[in-house]
Amino acid sequence: MSEARLDVRKTYKLLINGAFPRSESGRSYEVTSAKGAFLANVAQGSRKDLRDAVTAARGAQVKWWNSTAYNRGQVIYRLAEMAESRRDELAEHVALCEGVNARTSQKTVSASIDRMVWYAGWTDKIAQVLGGTNPVAGPFFNFSIPVPSGVVGVVCVQESSLEGFVDAVLAPLCVGNTVVALASERRPTPAVLLGEMTSSSDFPAGVLNIVTGPSDELASVLASHEDVDGLDLSGVTSVDADGLAALGASSIKRVYRPHEMESDSSLRRLRAFVETSTVWHTIGQ
Amino acid sequence: MSDRPLANSQLGSLEYDPAPESAAIAKLKPSYGLFIDGQFSEAESDAQFATVNPANEEALSMVAQASALDVDRAVVSARRAYDKVWSKTTGAQRSKYLFRIARLIQERSRELAVVETLDNGKPIRESRDVDIPLAAAHFFYYAGWADKLDHAGFGVNPKPLGVAGQIIPWNFPLLMAAWKLAPALAAGNTCVLKPAETTPLSALVLAEILEQAELPPGVVNIVTGDGSTGAALVEHPDVDKIAFTGSTEVGRMIQQRTAASHKHLTLELGGKGANIVFDDAPIDEMIEGIIDGIFFNQGHVCCAGSRLLVQESVADEVLRRLVRRVEQLRVGDPLDKNTDVGAINSAAQLLRIRELTDFGESEGATRYTSSCELPQKGYWFAPTVFADVSQSHRIAREEIFGPVLSVLTFRTPEEAVAKANNTNYGLACGVWSEKGSRTLWVAERLRAGVIWANTYNRFDPTSPFGGMRESGFGREGGRHGLEAYLNV
Repeated sequence: MSEARLDVRKTYKLLINGAFPRSESGRSYEVTSAKGAFLANVAQGSRKDLRDAVTAARGAQVKWWNSTAYNRGQVIYRLAEMAESRRDELAEHVALCEGVNARTSQKTVSASIDRMVWYAGWTDKIAQVLGGTNPVAGPFFNFSIPVPSGVVGVVCVQESSLEGFVDAVLAPLCVGNTVVALASERRPTPAVLLGEMTSSSDFPAGVLNIVTGPSDELASVLASHEDVDGLDLSGVTSVDADGLAALGASSIKRVYRPHEMESDSSLRRLRAFVETSTVWHTIGQ
Repeated sequence: MSDRPLANSQLGSLEYDPAPESAAIAKLKPSYGLFIDGQFSEAESDAQFATVNPANEEALSMVAQASALDVDRAVVSARRAYDKVWSKTTGAQRSKYLFRIARLIQERSRELAVVETLDNGKPIRESRDVDIPLAAAHFFYYAGWADKLDHAGFGVNPKPLGVAGQIIPWNFPLLMAAWKLAPALAAGNTCVLKPAETTPLSALVLAEILEQAELPPGVVNIVTGDGSTGAALVEHPDVDKIAFTGSTEVGRMIQQRTAASHKHLTLELGGKGANIVFDDAPIDEMIEGIIDGIFFNQGHVCCAGSRLLVQESVADEVLRRLVRRVEQLRVGDPLDKNTDVGAINSAAQLLRIRELTDFGESEGATRYTSSCELPQKGYWFAPTVFADVSQSHRIAREEIFGPVLSVLTFRTPEEAVAKANNTNYGLACGVWSEKGSRTLWVAERLRAGVIWANTYNRFDPTSPFGGMRESGFGREGGRHGLEAYLNV
């Protein structure tokens, strides 16, 4: 009599600087499915992990921004290709984490992949929409271009484990920022899977870093970190967000908080972590 | 010319071994039909013509000659696809089709590069490094616009025009197909594309790619043939838009024939680009830029820098360096990876180049022609520079569309601008100077659609391209390129 095969289970780890470490603290926390079944022991990121992630993001930022917009588009599109080919795995985790049926989770995956495609197309167009020349009254050629804020810390929404993560992370990446993302605390595995896919999508190390763990504690580390330029507070309650936004003021962070009326085609997220750089150049013989 | 002996005695004695790309990579078929309604079919009349490799005059494949009947089939198919399918797709769906096409071009890039070089005569280095990657990039770029049209600056929910008839030239066959199809499809139009008579093959490989991408039948139709095929497309009553790239002469005719119709029109026509060199320009880069500006693609480039305007104080040195550099250009087998200048695309074009250069000599310009050895078979023209050219010479006024540079001089920036603008054309210009403020001063005054500073012949899908005056109207590339295919 043959025994039923035992499956090999995965360890869900952090993504920092292109590597997949366990937390330096050695701790993990138990994640359950929406129905309460054991799902995984996910790495419990520490303050130190988060600081390492910020260091990695800072180190990768100039290179990411200096690569061509076309290249960034190719990289993000490649992620969509990877996600499409591993969509069933993503859907399974969305279904487990969000407690939805297979059909709904497949729809969520489709919408998330289409969102990646949408952002892949923005990399080389955002400057044409947000930038332009300014007809100053004088012999000067004056133009404004959008440039990235730098390193963006994202506290991902807690409910939408995949689509919310994709939107929050790709918007700042596509305009040239690098990102440290805190995945949904209770529903982290779809984000972890997507992080694994970036390693086969030509994402340079450090461009996207993903930390799993207690959102409240880690969000305040991100908000008060002096080397973080932008803060996306989608995943914290509005009361907590007020406090975190105030923390962010210490280094004049750009803070994004979701808007009730925001539509899918809104550019609010894309504009959130973009600076306008204006150049004056003389004109004359 | 004190520096010539060095080039001849030492560097000139070094020889490259042949490094030919294999023609078999092209996987050409003996014959190709018309691509209508998602299928290849023969022309109604069964008429065919041979497409020839201009480097050796050997036939590559037989191609269908589409008549007015075939063009009608194609337009009917495009209209049906527009009404039933394409106008109902979402931007996101169109986007994904275009991304697929971009990827497939990338995947089949080597094959496409060889096809292009065989059919056109251009060096494999150029088809491999310029034509094919840019064609893929163009689809990639417009793929991203298809679901973002609301943000393109033409108002909310801009509508397509309908059926677009697109007629393209032989100088960049696949790239021009990409320039036409990508924005048209992104904006939601369906297309009937008519490739040039002498270079239909890469468009037919593209048809296979469209099949592999599972683009719905009829969204793109490709009809091969001669000028009569193009004329039938222009005249067809159910075409909403004509986009033409080619000569000013034909463009003028198309404008006349569509003037009293509902058809929208964009024209990308000829040019006589001025490449303006100031005395402070960095000389090595500038010489390479001038060479690239005129000898890239055998000078078969509408925006070629075919008039060199040099500031008088450096004219002698620039001319000396140029002539020496021209002598070093490797002319020959287009499939050889070390070839700089390939074959002239057709016997007719070769005749025109010879005719105009003969005028150059008879009108008194000084001719320098490379002493390179030309192959016995095929259509070839040695790179040529004319000095002592005046503005009234035909070689300074007419588009030669070949590897021929006319050199004129100027003294002041005002004079450079006046001479550069002294043409009916207005497609492109170059400015070479280390002084940015002067470059911008000149650029503001040039009547040209594209101005390159300290570079030449740069193309990018994000950058609008197109002419002023008799170089045509409408832009291809960039956000602006969408306008040509939107009803706005």
